[in-house]
Amino acid sequence: MAIEVRIPTILRTYTDGEKAVEGSGDTLGKLFADLDSRHPGIEARIVDGGKLRRFVNVYLNDEDVRFLDGIDTQLTDGDSVTILPAVAGGMV
Amino acid sequence: MRYDSSLAAVGNTPLVRLPRLSPSDDVRIWAKLEDRNPTGSVKDRPALHMIEQAEKDGRLTPGCTILEPTSGNTGISLAMAAKLKGYRIVCVMPENTSEERRQLLAMWGAEIISSPAAGGSNTAVRVAKELAAENPSWVMLYQYGNPDNAGAHYATTGPEILADLPSITHFVAGLGTTGTLMGVGRYLREHKPDVKIVAAEPRYDDLVYGLRNLDEGFVPELYDASVLTTRFSVGSADAVTRTRELLQQEGIFAGVSTGAALHAAIGVGNKALKAGESADIAFVVADGGWKYLSTGLYTAKTTEEAIATVQGQLWA
Repeated sequence: MAIEVRIPTILRTYTDGEKAVEGSGDTLGKLFADLDSRHPGIEARIVDGGKLRRFVNVYLNDEDVRFLDGIDTQLTDGDSVTILPAVAGGMV
Repeated sequence: MRYDSSLAAVGNTPLVRLPRLSPSDDVRIWAKLEDRNPTGSVKDRPALHMIEQAEKDGRLTPGCTILEPTSGNTGISLAMAAKLKGYRIVCVMPENTSEERRQLLAMWGAEIISSPAAGGSNTAVRVAKELAAENPSWVMLYQYGNPDNAGAHYATTGPEILADLPSITHFVAGLGTTGTLMGVGRYLREHKPDVKIVAAEPRYDDLVYGLRNLDEGFVPELYDASVLTTRFSVGSADAVTRTRELLQQEGIFAGVSTGAALHAAIGVGNKALKAGESADIAFVVADGGWKYLSTGLYTAKTTEEAIATVQGQLWA
């Protein structure tokens, strides 16, 4: 199962400068764990204590996952995930 | 339709189906053409309503100066109303907003104070608040925190959409002042508790992120997250792509924020299609494309070329 993950500039140090990488997992949490196996350290920048970090926004096919099931949001093949630093702590 | 003045002709805009861009015959997308308002944008509704309410409660009296932070449309709407009603108006807008918008404001007699491009509208808001403190006699209607902004949509846009589309399942609009989503959202919820209220917010490019910091973050006072069902973040490439599709496939010439709203409308439409549900999705065409012609995005030969052309120009 291939999910495209778009990486923000501040996290590209973990992906050798790549703007987008592929990963797999049937939930967002599993996807981030999978990414960490190839890009060690990236998961801890996104997830803290089983939750999304406060100043990180994650979008599934452009939809804010905080309005879906957060880290437990289900993924399907071909989905696109975007990680962005939150401006204004995630609001507007 | 006949009206007593152009101010009386605000609202009652058409709702048109998008037969080609709708995901299926059962998942229909409808465009609320707010560019058909007197000054060409949805902002005529809140601008007029905020002025009239301020007149009613005595905050705005003859000879007053109106002050407003605006990246364009609200200022244009306020300036037109101010001209007809005899108020002076001062607008604070980011220095990198398009020349068309500057000319439109000047044409209605507005005085423009430029705020630094860095921080965009957030900085314009800060500068306007400083000016308001220095000039206590000026009246700042303040679209970001004035309940009459959302009130205009609660009183007019919401009822119009429900009357035209009683089967509505989703309402989609851009997230700026949040007035449209808050006002229409609350009205629709009261009448259709299951309706989904969907925000489309512009996703800033990396370049813009580099210029911002968290201290510049700003949440409009009107914003109430409980009104929203979900939020979409739309990159400028997708917004430009949808703006061009709307023009080429449906014949609707709209601004780029409309492309972002359409992208979110198609996104929720595709989810409904996948789930085997039918849907009637209304989204807001906030303004026409006239003010953005100089970006070159409408005439670029390919969408790729259009996207490259507008990088760094949008979302001011």
